[in-house]
Amino acid sequence: MNEALWAPSAQIETLKQRASVLANIRAFFAARDVMEVETPCLSQASVTDVHLATFATEFIGPRYAKGLPLYLQTSPEFAMKRLLAAGSGAIFQIGKAFRNEESGRHHNPEFTMLEWYRPGFDEFALMDEIDCLMQTVLSCKQAVRISYQDAFKTYLGVDPLDIELDELKLLCAKYGYEEIAATEQFIDPLLQLLFCMEIEPQIGRDTPCFVYHFPASQAALAQLNDADPRVAGRFELYYQGMELANGFNELTDASEQSKRFDEDNDMRTTMGLPKVEKDQRFLAALESGLPACAGVALGIDRLVMLATGKSSIKEVIAFDVDRA
Amino acid sequence: MANYSTNEFKGGLKIMMDGEPCTILENEMVKPGKGQAFNRVKIRKLISGKVLEKTFKSGDSVEGADVMETDLAYLYADGEFWHFMNNDTFEQIAADEKAVGENVKWLVENDVCTITLWNGNPIAVTPPNFVELEITDTDPGLKGDTAGTGGKPATLTTGAVVRVPLFVQIGEVIKVDTRTGEYVSRVK
Repeated sequence: MNEALWAPSAQIETLKQRASVLANIRAFFAARDVMEVETPCLSQASVTDVHLATFATEFIGPRYAKGLPLYLQTSPEFAMKRLLAAGSGAIFQIGKAFRNEESGRHHNPEFTMLEWYRPGFDEFALMDEIDCLMQTVLSCKQAVRISYQDAFKTYLGVDPLDIELDELKLLCAKYGYEEIAATEQFIDPLLQLLFCMEIEPQIGRDTPCFVYHFPASQAALAQLNDADPRVAGRFELYYQGMELANGFNELTDASEQSKRFDEDNDMRTTMGLPKVEKDQRFLAALESGLPACAGVALGIDRLVMLATGKSSIKEVIAFDVDRA
Repeated sequence: MANYSTNEFKGGLKIMMDGEPCTILENEMVKPGKGQAFNRVKIRKLISGKVLEKTFKSGDSVEGADVMETDLAYLYADGEFWHFMNNDTFEQIAADEKAVGENVKWLVENDVCTITLWNGNPIAVTPPNFVELEITDTDPGLKGDTAGTGGKPATLTTGAVVRVPLFVQIGEVIKVDTRTGEYVSRVK
């Protein structure tokens, strides 16, 4: 390829459409009285999530002659929850998030995320609002909903909440993933494999599709379900082969949150990854009281891909990582 | 041979799969926002020619394949092997029927072909994109129509059969695109 690397990876016409998507989103939230906020891209703490790799840097300057370690945020979640704990009320943010090790047709290491929080909403009320936003921006049909359990039952004929590792390995082998299954010690990576390779392509093709009640073992920062603690108040949104959004009925319990961070770090040790310091300011905010709320992160670049009919993320961002 | 991690995967990389050397055609990262990353890879097996998809857990490694390509001139066939020569060193290599495969019909003496070697042995022979061959047989009765009614079959010296325009006759040399097996033009 002899493409000129000074030139944008997106066409100017696409960037105009992108600007209009952003304007629509801002108008959507303005009409609903949700306040736009901005939180730091550079944070003193990172995340324990075993599947997220952070970019690290250092501030050197007044009062920090020896350097202050800083991390590019993988999402604005912790900082926004600190604002909620401080009484911000409903907030949204359109900002950059950074994830190392991620690059491809649907990934760029630096990308734009829309994240918003709704005090007083549960995950289903938030799904309603996301559905409205989707219809506003994409003029698409109303979203459908299916539980994680029903998705596995419908498309693969198994119950993901009641399956043994051995049975899951056999199922993976049946779909051609025997090498991955052979060495895997845990259920969740295999569920994720089957979900993204075998279920995702079949859902959300014509209408957006919410998958809710993810297993408790993949709860991340969601509350467990009161009625069925095997599942969590976590949902994802899929449309036309892309994962668009991930949302939670937010966990507000500081000690439970701290315990999950510890579990992440135990898993990191098992996987040979370095431990990550827990974000104490975030935990202190939960301690002081996070209002009951639901929140969601939505990938704006992927939304623009859908709005413009582009098949690669670099076609909707001004300069992808190869041109940055 | 070195091992390659999924981060080193790219089109053209040669790896071992099921005991067979393969070339990577496409590599795509698939990663849920909150979950394990995978690489979905499209590969072509270099001996069987089969194209298949394979999924790896990101970060895993696979064994590389000692595959290299070399440009050699076709010399002759002895009934069992097809012989090629490096025009600079005069070193010769013999490829068997399996390596030559269907491309046998495009082998023209002295044409420079690309020979794919695995551990030093020829496993594939790729002819030049265009070859020139003489027509040994075609229906002479069909004349005069140049409007392109689909043409007629013509047999070439190597046994290859190509559709040619109606005005092309026995004894003429034609240029053929070996990638598609289609007639390009007459050669004067």
